[in-house]
Amino acid sequence: MAIEKTDPSLTVKLLLAWLWVGIPLAWGVWVTLNNALKLFQPPAA
Amino acid sequence: MGAEEITLAAFLDRSHSIAGPGFSRWLVPPAALCIHLCIGQAYAFSVFNKPLAQLLCSMQHACPPATEKAISTTPGDWTIASLGWIFSLAIVFLGLSAAVFGRWVESAGPRAAMFASASLFCGGLLVAGFGVSIHNLPIVFLGYGVIGGCGLGIGYISPVSTLIKWFPDRPGLATGTAIMGFGGGALIGAPLAVALMKQYSSPTSNGVSATMITMGVIYFIFMMVGVLLVRVPAPGWKPAGYVAPTTSAHMITTRNVTATEAVKTPQFWLLWAVLFLNVTAGIGILGQASLMVQDMFAVTAVAAAGFVGLLSLFNMGGRIFWASMSDFMGRKRTYMIFFGLGAVLYFLIPWTKNIGSLGLFVLICCIILTMYGGGFATIPAYLRDMFGTVEVGAIHGRLLTAWSCAGVAGPVLVNYIRQYQLAHGVAKSDAYSVTMIICAGLLVVGFICNYLVKPVDEGHYVAVGAAEAAT
Repeated sequence: MAIEKTDPSLTVKLLLAWLWVGIPLAWGVWVTLNNALKLFQPPAA
Repeated sequence: MGAEEITLAAFLDRSHSIAGPGFSRWLVPPAALCIHLCIGQAYAFSVFNKPLAQLLCSMQHACPPATEKAISTTPGDWTIASLGWIFSLAIVFLGLSAAVFGRWVESAGPRAAMFASASLFCGGLLVAGFGVSIHNLPIVFLGYGVIGGCGLGIGYISPVSTLIKWFPDRPGLATGTAIMGFGGGALIGAPLAVALMKQYSSPTSNGVSATMITMGVIYFIFMMVGVLLVRVPAPGWKPAGYVAPTTSAHMITTRNVTATEAVKTPQFWLLWAVLFLNVTAGIGILGQASLMVQDMFAVTAVAAAGFVGLLSLFNMGGRIFWASMSDFMGRKRTYMIFFGLGAVLYFLIPWTKNIGSLGLFVLICCIILTMYGGGFATIPAYLRDMFGTVEVGAIHGRLLTAWSCAGVAGPVLVNYIRQYQLAHGVAKSDAYSVTMIICAGLLVVGFICNYLVKPVDEGHYVAVGAAEAAT
């Protein structure tokens, strides 16, 4: 899993690339989890 | 203009995307995710169904409260049944385009393939958005189903062989990461579409057309980052410290089979059946998840939507989990678990209703969905083990026709059996038992098919010199 080169610009590039895909994915997971919690909530009276 | 075209063509060419010194292979999975997170939106297409079925009534402020049978009572509004063909067409064209263009994807390289995928998928969204704006269903079929479906197929296979070449030490993890993105695409696509439709809705429109067009533009920009990032390894490159095996292990070859030759082997068709049966059984749950949990446990529609979302999460998580695990356990053993454990779990689903355990029902369905996703994500590495790396993308493309067939067979199986049972007086809450038992039976057949997979016969391999020339 180690990065093969320790060039700082490469590290920044890697970080940005993973954030580019990670942020929307994390948002999607968060929204989905919030909706999924409704499954275990008692129905409103 | 001519010079610009040449520059773009050169940029997309495989020879111009060879990684230079200092490039990190860990930039390739996010490049692949840029594509798969977008095309995975297809799994969330159902979020458009109700608004698409209410286009005319929303213009007249006359939409009734939606029910399963009457989404709109306005003459001319599209029915849910006809809208269902949009997704089905997209999946059919996904498989067909992956099969037809697989060899082109291998020869043109990932950058050109990703660019083609972005142009087709996002162009398809624009055409579909136009079709919606003039209320013309054939144009929506053409846009999302045919053009977009071709973008799905080319995009789905575009990073696979590149990832396998960058990660010879962990092919399951690498391809699992990309294909996880396809599962994750639904988690992004659904709330994004809902938010955009809310933004664009007006007293005379529910905003579907503008939403599709906006998503086409956003996704194109997102996918272009993948096009810019992706690189192929230089010939002879290997990870630091990695020693390539010189002799084939029992179920992992070091040699190569071409796509043309692969389809002549029983191994290809056994793996085709493995994918087809795993996907068909998975659709048995996915295709009726919302109705099933409402009928079996009397939960609300909102809670049922939450359940479907939970299944999507496990579908996504299973892709990276099982594909990574297969690097350690072996592909054949991984599929043995999918089919063996899966068959038992499907048999248990009717029992959870009998004991009234919603928690157990949810747990079982979530485990099944991890194996559904895992089946998709592990198959490229399985193909690489059986047929080598030279044309694994093209072989994967041809195998995806199994998905197209399952995409048609699965819903038919689920819907017709349920309708048949209801028509014969079976209670709604009991109408799923037969489907679950049939799904378990399908998995038993899948178990046998996977058990029969053996190494490819000597005569199918490419001569060593030819394989080196191809790489």
